[in-house]
Amino acid sequence: MPNTEVTIGSLKLKNPVLTASGTFGYGDEVKELVDGSKLGGIITKSLSLKPRDGNAPNRIVETSGGMLNSIGLANIGVRAFIEQKLPYLRELDTVIIANIAASTLDEYCEVLSLLEHENGIDGYEINVSCPNVKEGGLNFGTNCDMIAEITRRLRPLTTKPLIIKLTPNVTHIADFARSAELAGADAISCVNTFVGMAIDIRTKKPKLSTVTGGLSGPAIKPLALAKVYEASQAVNIPVIGIGGIMTWEDAIEFLLAGATAIQVGTANFIDPTAGVKIADGIKSYCEKSNIASVTELIGALDAKRDNSILSSWL
Amino acid sequence: MMLHTICPVTSVEHVGPNIIVIGFRSPEIAASANAGQFLNIKVNETFQPLFRRPFSVYHVEEETVKIIFQVFGLGTQSLVAKQLGESVDVLGPLGHGFRVDDNFETALLVGGGLGVAPLPLLTRQLSGKKNIATFLGARTKEQIVPSFLENIQTATDDASLGFKGTVVSLLDNYLKVHQVRKPKIFACGPNVMLNALGELAQRRNIPCEVSLETTMACGIGICQGCPVERVQQEKKYSLCCKEGPVFDVQTIIFPNAQH
Ligand SMILES: Cc1cc2nc3c(=O)[nH]c(=O)nc-3n(C[C@H](O)[C@H](O)[C@H](O)COP(=O)(O)OP(=O)(O)OC[C@H]3O[C@@H](n4cnc5c(N)ncnc54)[C@H](O)[C@@H]3O)c2cc1C
Ligand SMILES: Cc1cc2nc3c(=O)[nH]c(=O)nc-3n(C[C@H](O)[C@H](O)[C@H](O)COP(=O)(O)O)c2cc1C
Ligand code: FES
Repeated sequence: MPNTEVTIGSLKLKNPVLTASGTFGYGDEVKELVDGSKLGGIITKSLSLKPRDGNAPNRIVETSGGMLNSIGLANIGVRAFIEQKLPYLRELDTVIIANIAASTLDEYCEVLSLLEHENGIDGYEINVSCPNVKEGGLNFGTNCDMIAEITRRLRPLTTKPLIIKLTPNVTHIADFARSAELAGADAISCVNTFVGMAIDIRTKKPKLSTVTGGLSGPAIKPLALAKVYEASQAVNIPVIGIGGIMTWEDAIEFLLAGATAIQVGTANFIDPTAGVKIADGIKSYCEKSNIASVTELIGALDAKRDNSILSSWL
Repeated sequence: MMLHTICPVTSVEHVGPNIIVIGFRSPEIAASANAGQFLNIKVNETFQPLFRRPFSVYHVEEETVKIIFQVFGLGTQSLVAKQLGESVDVLGPLGHGFRVDDNFETALLVGGGLGVAPLPLLTRQLSGKKNIATFLGARTKEQIVPSFLENIQTATDDASLGFKGTVVSLLDNYLKVHQVRKPKIFACGPNVMLNALGELAQRRNIPCEVSLETTMACGIGICQGCPVERVQQEKKYSLCCKEGPVFDVQTIIFPNAQH
């Protein structure tokens, strides 16, 4: 039996598969369909201090191999989360990571402090990268100093793993990864959605109420993979790979590119059991390839191009 | 109970121009689906199209569930190409259907175009228990699908069948002429029709439930992608997939319409 455990800071994940924030609700919505305990971990929808209605419809658009969303961080707020959702999550035999979004530095601290008083949260993922909100959001994520500042402010508030979730909407993601690492982050999540848009040519109107939104799904996989590769080359802390992972094969690519764990997002909408299937697939792959531990795959990319395969049929 | 099942296709019928009824075997869904609930169907094994496609439960026969749809784009094209014995991947039954346990005596069923979809199952649930009058509207007579319904009147834009005009005018005229005991309206169709129906219902003080359509990714309440704006509720939006797709028409704000 291959060992599928990976570690993120002080956290042990039974397998490298987490569900991405905003794509698995608060876990309980799918309890009839998925055994959450089979996942390496669950990351909650972004929690804000106050409940948020989210943006006006239309909030989602299907694109070629992807989806655009402008949900606008609709969520029940951290207090309702603690009361209504955490009891269920606590019962699961898996790691629970709370994702936090805020429009000010103080608000990030306040949400984290409220959660810190509760049992059942194993770590925090800080969303500095949502493209769909007016205040905070991307402004934080596209400024290295801001990322460092947020990390420094949150660091003393918890001993649990602090994961900074980066936006891909920057030129050199390595700089942002390094900022988070230097300021004391335990890991980085890489990546949030890419800014995109779609237009209805009959009405000449944007298909999303917010004009632009975040692109996710298979369409972003090669882009995300490159960001993960770049970021993981730049830091010594774990990188959690995200972006268009639909199958176990996709997940292995991210591990090879340097990710220590991966998150499954949009795939959950098509199949809520996608995460469990991907975890099973990674395990079978290790078994079949005589890989004793999944950690052997992390960053095992052989970046030297081998032309022998091509030339063998030429 | 929501299920995730792979169901063999048992029938593919062309019932109108580009209008298809597909049946597939799912004893569990057949036994548990309520009128107004829907299924979220993965139309093929690839990620093109990416999203599942939502369809109302049209009818249930023993262990078979049927949906009715018009061929639009990639999703419905994939479905119509299904051969008998091939499978579809179904999540369902999803959402809240129509409320049939309240105190009404006459059900006024209103379907605009393929908004007829949830009415056969509703008819089955109400038949013998309530008076039923059904009003179907479409552009032309070929688009009227009257199967499994009771006491039908029709309206077409081109007067090719029944009343010339909208189904809402047809119902309005009907209510002018007929004394209806304790009515309740159940409807599905385009937003403009439902909006007009909501006004009629308010004017005549008749309770009215409508089944709404929004773009959906998950269909099960995890993406937050399907908001329906509500009037004077605790929350500004409800999720169409989870808290709907059936809503009391007086509690919702249609896009681009003011109450
Ligand atoms: C709860 C619910 C229940 C539904 N029940 C039914 C049903 O019983 N029968 C049925 O035929 N459809 C139903 N729909 C709509 C159905 O989901 C769409 O017809 C389907 O998604 C079209 O998929 P497609 O890939 O073929 O078309 P797409 O590629 O998604 O779209 C192709 C074209 O069709 C148009 N289109 C897409 N969706 C709709 C729509 N909902 N209404 C009108 N035009 C649309 C688009 O504008 C586009 O130009 C329901 C939707 C919801 C939310
Ligand atoms: C509908 C939707 C909602 C999302 N909500 C959040 C969120 O609340 N917080 C967050 O950090 N990321 C959010 N994301 C981003 C995802 O967590 C993930 O980073 C992104 O979708 C890329 O992965 P994917 O291609 O596997 O979906 C959301 C994505 C989608 C599609
Ligand atoms: S379609 Fe995903 S929440 Fe309704």
